[in-house]
Amino acid sequence: MSKSERPNQLFRNLNAKVASIPMVLTALVIFVGGSAWTVLYSFTNSKLLPRLNFVGLDQYYRLWSTPRWLVSIENLLVYGVLSLVFSLVIGFILAALLDQKIRFEDTFRTIFLYPFALSFIVTGLVWQWLLNPEFGIQGVVRGLGWESFSFDPLYNSDIVIYGILIAALWQGTGLIMCLMLAGLRGIDEDIWKAARVDGIPTLKTYLFIIIPMMRPVFITALVIIAAGIVKVYDLVVAQTSGGPGIASEVPAKYVYDYMFFAQNLGQGFAASTMMLLSVVVVIVPWAYLEFGGKKRG
Amino acid sequence: MADLAVSLPAGTGSIGLEASGPRGPKPRHVFSRRNIFLYGTLIVVALYYLLPLYVMVVTSLKGMPEIRLGNIFSPPLEITFEPWVKAWSSACTGLNCDGLSRGFWNSVRITVPSVILSIAIASVNGYALANWRFKGADTFFVILIVGAFIPYQVMIYPIVIILREIGLYGSLSGLVIVHSIFGMPILTLLFRNYFTSMPEELFRAARVDGAGFWGIYFRIMLPMSLPIFVVAIILQVTGIWNDFLFGVVYTRPDTYPMTVQLNNIVNSVQGVKEYNVNMAATILTGLVPLVVYFVSGKLFVRGIAAGAVKG
Repeated sequence: MSKSERPNQLFRNLNAKVASIPMVLTALVIFVGGSAWTVLYSFTNSKLLPRLNFVGLDQYYRLWSTPRWLVSIENLLVYGVLSLVFSLVIGFILAALLDQKIRFEDTFRTIFLYPFALSFIVTGLVWQWLLNPEFGIQGVVRGLGWESFSFDPLYNSDIVIYGILIAALWQGTGLIMCLMLAGLRGIDEDIWKAARVDGIPTLKTYLFIIIPMMRPVFITALVIIAAGIVKVYDLVVAQTSGGPGIASEVPAKYVYDYMFFAQNLGQGFAASTMMLLSVVVVIVPWAYLEFGGKKRG
Repeated sequence: MADLAVSLPAGTGSIGLEASGPRGPKPRHVFSRRNIFLYGTLIVVALYYLLPLYVMVVTSLKGMPEIRLGNIFSPPLEITFEPWVKAWSSACTGLNCDGLSRGFWNSVRITVPSVILSIAIASVNGYALANWRFKGADTFFVILIVGAFIPYQVMIYPIVIILREIGLYGSLSGLVIVHSIFGMPILTLLFRNYFTSMPEELFRAARVDGAGFWGIYFRIMLPMSLPIFVVAIILQVTGIWNDFLFGVVYTRPDTYPMTVQLNNIVNSVQGVKEYNVNMAATILTGLVPLVVYFVSGKLFVRGIAAGAVKG
């Protein structure tokens, strides 16, 4: 892979080193330094300004006894599990349908993917309007004569997270479909022929032959979805602002509000450290699976 | 460590739709039961995906009385462009009543320099990593890629302090720097992989002819890799235009990008809700990435497949 000779002195290859200064600074100062700084200050009682006044795990005790944080975590878990499952299932089914030598494949793909070009703010605001109980879907169905019809996720704290889920799936499944479609196209035609010769039904071929073969694609999709789940913020801000009450709060919003509104930096740092921890929990097993075990071609 | 850097693209870079033709059994009859099921399902799903766009457009063309009486799916009886005009030039956020146009121009002033700066940094960096490797370069690269997975919330406050120290907190230049930093991992990966895949003889030949670091970059690498630059531009324009978090953290109300201003207009608590103006404003904000999407076609797919790692 290496295309250049390896210089020994500091000034050999100087231009390349100069060109890499932004990368080195970003890696060391922002990614490593910034994260370490936040973790360090999460053990202090910083309020309006960051101060190195250590209080041990106090911020974390307070965090885990704050109802709003617990609601945020619960929402993230429900939202996370459901969006993972639905994105993968819907994405795969759509890709499989598009993979049947159909006509207008490009048109369908363009339609399924266009929401992904839109920001979460736009997505959230459109679905806020569609789910408006007075004028939106509920209002229309009631107007048709079904007076008792009820579908107002954004105003019902028990199901508000599903309202956000609908919008998120609308926005994001197109991407997963694209990944899956690329994966399906990468599977050798001979596999299909062999399966047909053996008389294995299409559905069974998908479930027991194709999907296991697409393991790398599923893992990539999984990591992409998981990374997106932890970061979910804009969508909630646009669609519900965390309401009704605190029913649709998420951790990323908790961090932002405590850092920039509640002027309780310590809480914000502790909460963001918990977010970092959750990402580590997801990424480390993935990195181990991908790079630790057998090498892929 | 080097292994991680080298094999990352295998998981992400292999995603391209142009691999080969469709698979699966051949269609037999036009109106077979299978075809009816297949196309029926696809059309229903396509309608579901198009519905929000349709409702947005229809709502933005109606007057408020019609919205209160009719249903959101019915086409406008009387088409009016007033909501669009109002959204663009006189919708209110707080005390400012100069519409979304201010946010639009802010977003332009943020997006253009951010796209140029981030691509300039990342392409030169990717070139150095691919062709001029030095000791330790891969270590920083791995940190950079792993860092792309750290939630932004962990790093936003340290960056606030840094920007405040150098006097750029709240300014557009500060936000441009932030976008360049967070665009770096994915763009560097993109360019590094592309330059690595270029024939080595080219680089060797140029070296023999006496070309240096910058000479090879500007005269050989840059002209030969225009497609990847287009992919990077698509990725960055949509990504930066759609950003909300950095905009709201690192700018002030008068320099808010379009997404932040849109959210403030629509979710403001004062006054009567004007749904038609809100929807017109929403379309206006989504218009730039939508145009990029429909114009760029397959390149967009390549761009987001590469950028998907960013999450």
